[in-house]
Amino acid sequence: MTMTQKILARHAGKKECAPGDLIEASLDLLLGNDITTPPAIDIFEANAFGQVFDRDKIALVPDHFAPNKDIKSAQQCSKMRKFAKEQNITHYYEQGQDGMGVEHVILPDNGLVRPGDCIIGADSHTCTYGALGAFSTGVGSTDLACAMAAGSTWFRVPEAICVKLTGKLGKYCSGKDVILFLIGKIGVDGAPYRSLEFMGDGVAELSMADRLTICNMAIECGAKNGIFPVDRITLEYLSSRIPGGYSEAPDWLFPDEDAEYAQTIEIDLSQIRPMVSFPHLPSNTHEIGSFPRIDIDQVVIGSCTNGRIEDMRRAAEVLRGNHVADGLRVIVLPGSQRVYKQALKEGLLEVFVDAGCVVSAPTCGPCLGGYMGVLAQGERCVSTTNRNFVGRMGHKESEVYLAGVEVAAASAVLGYIGSPEDL
Amino acid sequence: MKYKGKAIKYGANVDTDVIIPARYLNTSDKEELALHCMEDLDPDFKKKADAGDIIVAGSNFGCGSSREHAPVAIKASGISCVIAPSFARIFYRNSINTGLAILECAEAAEGIQDGDQIEVDTDTGSILDITSGKEYRAGAFPEFIGEIIGADGLVGYTKSKLQKRGEEE
Repeated sequence: MTMTQKILARHAGKKECAPGDLIEASLDLLLGNDITTPPAIDIFEANAFGQVFDRDKIALVPDHFAPNKDIKSAQQCSKMRKFAKEQNITHYYEQGQDGMGVEHVILPDNGLVRPGDCIIGADSHTCTYGALGAFSTGVGSTDLACAMAAGSTWFRVPEAICVKLTGKLGKYCSGKDVILFLIGKIGVDGAPYRSLEFMGDGVAELSMADRLTICNMAIECGAKNGIFPVDRITLEYLSSRIPGGYSEAPDWLFPDEDAEYAQTIEIDLSQIRPMVSFPHLPSNTHEIGSFPRIDIDQVVIGSCTNGRIEDMRRAAEVLRGNHVADGLRVIVLPGSQRVYKQALKEGLLEVFVDAGCVVSAPTCGPCLGGYMGVLAQGERCVSTTNRNFVGRMGHKESEVYLAGVEVAAASAVLGYIGSPEDL
Repeated sequence: MKYKGKAIKYGANVDTDVIIPARYLNTSDKEELALHCMEDLDPDFKKKADAGDIIVAGSNFGCGSSREHAPVAIKASGISCVIAPSFARIFYRNSINTGLAILECAEAAEGIQDGDQIEVDTDTGSILDITSGKEYRAGAFPEFIGEIIGADGLVGYTKSKLQKRGEEE
């Protein structure tokens, strides 16, 4: 069995499971945000589900339209807050509090995710937590409502794709370039209903931030989940975050030698160049330097994909001593209160402000065209977020170019899409 | 269930952002969501869609976000069924859970023309293009999915699951 299959079998109380099996699995953690939780609460209450199965295993994060952008979104957050209070939800995060921020930035950082866990979230980028060796996938509001009551849900055991990584990333490249490269290679439906199992010597060369970014976008090629093996880097990350420390992964959590993979994809990390996904699909990738000049109107740096402290450091490295190009707006969103505070301590926020960037509170706002940086007709944005669909960040005739932090920061200075090498 | 209506055709990778843009997700009211369904992809969708109509689209329908508002908006627009060669997995789950009929059939998705009169039987997977006279057959749902649909969706299924657990205890 693969790592994913082992986790699912274990949570279904079975010794083994095979691709295609439909199983009922117990859940270690459930997540909802201010868009997906309110409909789940309606369903939960309309069906008199009563008490949630375990108040310690549910995380509720008002991050999409919060701090509230209008009365309707305030109503949604209010409904969620009230529910969290009534149900005495342990991991309800209020705006501004320590530990609060963009859901997929804070859950791993707050020590809520452990290797071998089985996790669902009513947000498609819940697949992020596979970076820590967990099975984690996105679902809708009805699934969330029913799982909050039952503590379990059904899954179809997925076939697997082995993504074998070798080599080491070059300068100005990060996990974002790896995942954009992979999506460009296999397409937005390249891994339908399947798990992406990352392995190979190259894994040891990727930081936790890189792995989180890679798993975050597994959904963008249709995958059910992405998952990394647990190694020294994972344990180091977890030891300071899991309450009481963490030193050893479950002894069963590794892929069997005879695990079956429907497909194997080999990626030499050293061959990857900074990537840019052109409108309007994440798979529409181009290497930096392979296309003519594209002028831009806005840059967004942040999100559940690239809003961690490592991303802030990379952005500041490029922006330090430089200034945002004339006529350009740049919005930097540290992914959480902790990232914000750390960036403040390290002087990164000052670098951003001096360079002419807006520094925002942690929120998903601009990534989904919600608020804070909505694009007008004909505008172009380079963004470190995860989707560039039609109308994703605003007007249906606006354009989003997805890239890693270095390209986004360099483009902010240049006024057109480029890399730090062009500065 | 049997449905009859005209085909409204779209291409591949119809994503949840065009099905219902996030700017309208500050509500989960289905009638309000239906007002904006597909507006960034096809501004005429609201005018075109009559009760019972069937969306026929390319592969990977519903890719992107987990927003259940997407199948809800489609259903509230009067669409009875979506036919595509494949569906993105969260959209597939959400459709089953919210009672939007979906059928996987590559041949029908390709053969059916925009505006054709279509009759589908979701129990048998039969798809009849009345205009062209061609008949297609969609893959059957796995038995388990049939059970969820039979239990009146995931909520009904969960209720009976909880009841069983209660009896066992």
